[in-house]
Amino acid sequence: MASETIAITGTAEIGRPISERLHDWIVTVDHKKLGILYIVYSLIFLVIGGVEATIIRVQLIVPHNQFVSPQVFNRMMTMHGTTMIFFVAMPILFGFGTYLIPLMIGARDMAFPRLNAFSFWMTAFGGLLLYFSFVGGNGLYGAGNAPDVGWWAYAPLTSRAFSVGHSTDFWTLALLVSGVGSIGTAVNFITTILCMRCPGMTLGKMPLLAWLNLVMGGMVILAVSPLTAAQAMLCIDRYLGGHFFDTQAGGSAVLWMHFFWIFGHPEVYVLIIPAFAFLSEIVPVFSRKPIFGYPVMVAATVCIGFVSLSVWAHHMFTVGMNSYANSFFTITTMAVGVPTGIKIFNWLGTMWGGKIHFRTPMLFCIGFLFQFLIAGLTGIMLGASPFNWQLSGSYFVVAHFHYVIVGGILFALFGAFYYWFPKMSGRMYDEVLGKCHFWLFLIGFHMTFDFMHIPGILGMPRRIYTYEPGRGWEIWNLIVTIGVVFQAAGVLVFVVNLLWSLFKGEPAGNDPWDAWTLEWSTTSPPPDYNFATIPVVHSRRPLWDLKHPEDPDWKYE
Amino acid sequence: MSAAVVAPTRTEPEWILPSRGRVGMISLIVAECAIFTIFVVAYIFYIGKSLSGPMPKDVLEIPIFNTICLLSSSLTIHLAVRALRSARVNAFGLWWFVTMVLGTIFLVGTGREWQHLIFEKGLTVSTNLFGTTYYSLVGLHAFHVTVGLIGIVLAMIFTLLGKVEPVHGERVEVFSMYWHFVDAVWVVVFTVVYIIGR
Repeated sequence: MASETIAITGTAEIGRPISERLHDWIVTVDHKKLGILYIVYSLIFLVIGGVEATIIRVQLIVPHNQFVSPQVFNRMMTMHGTTMIFFVAMPILFGFGTYLIPLMIGARDMAFPRLNAFSFWMTAFGGLLLYFSFVGGNGLYGAGNAPDVGWWAYAPLTSRAFSVGHSTDFWTLALLVSGVGSIGTAVNFITTILCMRCPGMTLGKMPLLAWLNLVMGGMVILAVSPLTAAQAMLCIDRYLGGHFFDTQAGGSAVLWMHFFWIFGHPEVYVLIIPAFAFLSEIVPVFSRKPIFGYPVMVAATVCIGFVSLSVWAHHMFTVGMNSYANSFFTITTMAVGVPTGIKIFNWLGTMWGGKIHFRTPMLFCIGFLFQFLIAGLTGIMLGASPFNWQLSGSYFVVAHFHYVIVGGILFALFGAFYYWFPKMSGRMYDEVLGKCHFWLFLIGFHMTFDFMHIPGILGMPRRIYTYEPGRGWEIWNLIVTIGVVFQAAGVLVFVVNLLWSLFKGEPAGNDPWDAWTLEWSTTSPPPDYNFATIPVVHSRRPLWDLKHPEDPDWKYE
Repeated sequence: MSAAVVAPTRTEPEWILPSRGRVGMISLIVAECAIFTIFVVAYIFYIGKSLSGPMPKDVLEIPIFNTICLLSSSLTIHLAVRALRSARVNAFGLWWFVTMVLGTIFLVGTGREWQHLIFEKGLTVSTNLFGTTYYSLVGLHAFHVTVGLIGIVLAMIFTLLGKVEPVHGERVEVFSMYWHFVDAVWVVVFTVVYIIGR
């Protein structure tokens, strides 16, 4: 089958000087190279953000610790949050989307290859701008260097009076710039998925990964644009003396909260929907069954997309909204749990009665199912406004959203890494190291984030740089910090596995998983043009049809 | 990949997908709408909340001539696209030129309005909330008009060099969608700033 390749002159990698090959990566508009650039860039920031998290946890390991000063603690906390959301989670998911979407829909590239490159370099520039604040942030004022306003940057903390120097400007501009990049990527995703599908691939026959990324693109457009607008307002306030968020001149600090969370909550779904997409591809392949309830899955995703645009103020219950707003946002928050629950049941339904292969990608997906369920349940708890008044701003909230982001998104991402690594590199990863990574990370994750709920319930507020002994928080903080060691060890095994397999792994072949979507029909790694002949599909599982001509799927769809 | 993954016996319907340019432009316009929505919400939220003058009713005059120019440029760009679609390149150039002139008049008009407000009425971004929200919202719109005008001028130069041909009809039409969007936003900005806000 489809392993025929066309020799294109000038593409031979061997024997070319390294400067020329690097130049190729800088000027490339190829979706596969840009996807890998996104992923490598995010992995570097993942390590940086992880180091910042470790500094935070070391500082909190015992009461009255003096590991870092309060000022440095605030900077680490702000940079950790901003880095992980904007320069790890978003670009890494965009990277997988950029790499996989054209391959899965049978196209040769994205709809706008140059816009694709532009978006990546904008995101990359944003990250560099944020970290340049460590060098250039204090300006002439002798003020602090890195941003220290928290990742929400609530007004009036960001005003000139309270954030002297340039550190907050670096934060604002970094998010503005990377926001423009994100909007470009989203436009590109939507256009690619709607306009570049291969013959026969109607919307109802698209792989779920493409469907979910389509919804994600729509949400980025509707959610990231408000953040970009709000950052522009903050720039006007800080540079031109505007009064948008200046309470002294009649401006409103609460307006910033609304604008930030109109972005901030849909953002969670922007991140989790591609994670859902990975699960929807990996679970069926390792259960040896087609996905259970494809149309319901699509409908639930679209439903999440709509409902999640109207839940933002559940981050603001303690601000003092009226009872109607509190009720409305409680109800919508509960409602968004329904389609999410449907998806969980669909994955379980796919596994039910299947012949499950417990390979590393599947292990991470099963981990996701359990952990995302718990994260959803604490989310429902926090979504009830009376309960929220008690626990908002405590470590319970921190534990909840790390359960979503680490236990959900990061686990799905690791699964996706192992699943598509053979396709991207052409080599198999090491299964033993992969399983080591899974178990180490699982143990570390549960030590850190299970026990983090408890000091929250006992009243420990988030964002404090140290605490008094004798409040019953010590033992929990100690366990939480020890968990970090296991997580770091897991990530180290992951990096070793990645690098070792890249050079020494077994050749993977085109289709190591006996999978069903189009990316497995071409060589590993795919050639520049993806497919020598544009494929024609007749069902949701084109490779199944090819492998089983006597019993093709299109007879039943 | 072999020509067909599976060769079914059915006859294939013709495979038509939406145009990339249109879908991309519509997505961009939706994103722009979200940005404008935030600025419009901020403007409406802060109507009457300024702690000191000048107030909108003291200084703002309704820019009727400007509005007529901008809105009629939507019609002229539409006529230009239609002309190019039916291969009348000269008529295209004429209507395109008229569009360019109308857009420029609007931008000059906004500049004169700002000059009047800044130097005669003493209203700047930092004067009060009205100044902050007014210059941000109207400025954001004027920025979009400027971007559109740069595009129009480029296409005008290509037209004068004789490089524009009927095959470019699709591209010109996609661009005109952006221009219609900028005009439609002006209707909202005009209503909010000069009618509700005054």
